[in-house]
Amino acid sequence: MTSFADRTTTRDPATNPDQLDALEAEAVHIIREAVAEGRAPALLFSGGKDSAVLLHLALRAFAPARLPFGLLHVDTGHNFPEVIAYRDAVVRRRGLDLVVASVQEWIDDGRLAERPDGLRNPQQTRLLLDAVATHRFDVLFGGARRDEDRARAKERVFSVRDGFGGWDPRRQRPELWRLYNGRLRPGENLRVFPLSNWTEEDVWSYVVRHAVELPSIYFAHTRAVFRRDGMLLAPGAWGGDGEDLHTRTVRYRTVGDMSCTGAVESTATTAEEVLREVRESVLSERGATRADDRLSESAMEDRKREGYF
Amino acid sequence: MTGTLSDVRLLRLATAGSVDDGKSTLVGRLLLDSDSVFADQYDALAATGTVDLALLTDGLRAEREQGITIDVAYRYFSTATRRFVLADTPGHVQYNRNTISGMSAADVAVVLVDARRSVQDQTRRHLATAALLRVPHVAIAVNKMDAVDYQADRFTQVAEDVLGCAWQLGVADPVVIPVSALAGDNIVRRSSTMDWYGGPTLLEHLERVPVTPIRSTGGAARLSVQCVLKDDGGAGDVGRSYAGRLTSGPLAVGDEVVVLPSGRSTRVRALGKLGAPVDSAFPGDSVEVTVADHVDVSRGDLIARPAAPSLVDSFRAVVCAVSERAVRPGEHVLVKHGTRTVRALLHEIHAGLDLASLRYLPGLGAVAGNDIALVTVRTAEPLPVEDHADDRETGSFLLLDPDDGGTLAAGMVGAATDRRADDPR
Repeated sequence: MTSFADRTTTRDPATNPDQLDALEAEAVHIIREAVAEGRAPALLFSGGKDSAVLLHLALRAFAPARLPFGLLHVDTGHNFPEVIAYRDAVVRRRGLDLVVASVQEWIDDGRLAERPDGLRNPQQTRLLLDAVATHRFDVLFGGARRDEDRARAKERVFSVRDGFGGWDPRRQRPELWRLYNGRLRPGENLRVFPLSNWTEEDVWSYVVRHAVELPSIYFAHTRAVFRRDGMLLAPGAWGGDGEDLHTRTVRYRTVGDMSCTGAVESTATTAEEVLREVRESVLSERGATRADDRLSESAMEDRKREGYF
Repeated sequence: MTGTLSDVRLLRLATAGSVDDGKSTLVGRLLLDSDSVFADQYDALAATGTVDLALLTDGLRAEREQGITIDVAYRYFSTATRRFVLADTPGHVQYNRNTISGMSAADVAVVLVDARRSVQDQTRRHLATAALLRVPHVAIAVNKMDAVDYQADRFTQVAEDVLGCAWQLGVADPVVIPVSALAGDNIVRRSSTMDWYGGPTLLEHLERVPVTPIRSTGGAARLSVQCVLKDDGGAGDVGRSYAGRLTSGPLAVGDEVVVLPSGRSTRVRALGKLGAPVDSAFPGDSVEVTVADHVDVSRGDLIARPAAPSLVDSFRAVVCAVSERAVRPGEHVLVKHGTRTVRALLHEIHAGLDLASLRYLPGLGAVAGNDIALVTVRTAEPLPVEDHADDRETGSFLLLDPDDGGTLAAGMVGAATDRRADDPR
């Protein structure tokens, strides 16, 4: 990838803003607009780097006032323990409200059945929609970026969803100028993606510049992994028993369900080193690490139509 | 100092063209040859046999099946000198609203013309849209030069046709470039077969074109208030600031400002940029403003450094329909302008744009579909609108459906104002 020269040299953002400042200003504008137009917003917080940056931006958007909304996490029950610990630490330190919708609880009490393939990512949708209904959320902030996937590249910044959370790409509202239209009919809700125009490199550049804290698994560590479909997975209920386990020095590029999130071999132990690797990478973020997007060419589109994040 | 700001910001470009002009292929070529495609994405395409560059952006199943672009796709790439946000918009007439969306935010519009077919109805529509939205720069890519044997004569003829049309429509700064997206000529790499062409490649042009400010005249500041922030530790007005995005400026501490619609004057006592105090702010910045006097300010208000715009409750505008739903004269709508939404009615439709003659003709009964019309809008409360030619931000608005909230039309305030709100008529 061609990359902008590193701009972490001495730079006064007040007088010499760069593209990252421009992206930040745009994201804050979007967050403020959605909160002003909405009634009951919530931020989808997975503990991943995108939602961490999004939370950081939201806190800055309303400082010194308190964050005017809480967090919602749909927990598949297969999350990395480091990520859950990070989530809880952030919530405690910032004094935030957190709603957790647990896939494990739903499976335990019979509201959901485990899929034969053991994947729990597709099952998050039902819990998400249930949480929206229970808490009457009308605006959900997500950290999705358009550079992640071809279907996501078609997503609006303000995305209107029907009562079933469904996304219909043919019926999307035109997005004109910076006039975000957040008006809804009863039963509809809004997904808002302030990081739409950010790339993976932007997110890491922001993490470096603003020292955004992230879960430890984003940085190189040694871990027992097994290889499946060309990906390095951590062992668990989804496998790793009979398969060959190897100890490798790895980090995660995305943080999701452990059953379908692959690690990459890396020795990057700081955000600066990760950023350098991101700039040199020839593989896309999801292509390298996400089994759920490999199910079919339209995996993401299909999940979005059903109300996925 | 401020002169360097625009250079480092993002350049937003939108592509437009008729069906089968090879637009998605051109975008794919731009991404591929600028080294912006990941290996696994390329391999996924290569696995299907011959590499179809259009599939890099046509991400929906229906798009791949039908070989067309239905919705805007956004792509991101950068070169050594600039960062780009690209909106790839559909060519089908029925998805024209998406072309308008893509162009509304664009610094540059890239309009494709097929070298074999020259100017089509859609070409006129796209050029008209670019002109109305005042996209600062328009690059016309005459594509499929490979299909006309790279002939200079053919290019000259097509360039004359399309430039004639662009000038008649008032397109700003049109530049014509002969390309072949399929073969890769003059997109990123200079063509070896068109040595008769001495101008820039498309990418060279995109790297050099200056980013034009939202406002055509300097000196004025505009900020639509998004929300009021209260410092929980502060008492009364002490901890109260007004958050919003500065669309033109700069704005500095100590500046005299006017708050609209109240018309009250005050002074900027403090400025914050995401919580950090600053002395001045520049266009594009998201900021927090604290004012010196006890002035009532709320969401929807405009903070302006004089000369402040006048308040009007009736104005002429050009509207581009973006919905199938027809709006007739006398019908109630909502106008969204800046951060304010007010009740309004479409008072009168004066004329509709005829694409064949490129003239506004009277007799249009309703605004719907892909209509472009000259109208008068009346609002229930006065708005600080400005002429779109002076300020692309305060000069633009949306018409919304009051029942379902859908967006009906994109509006550009034109021919100034008919009547001032304080006019006793």
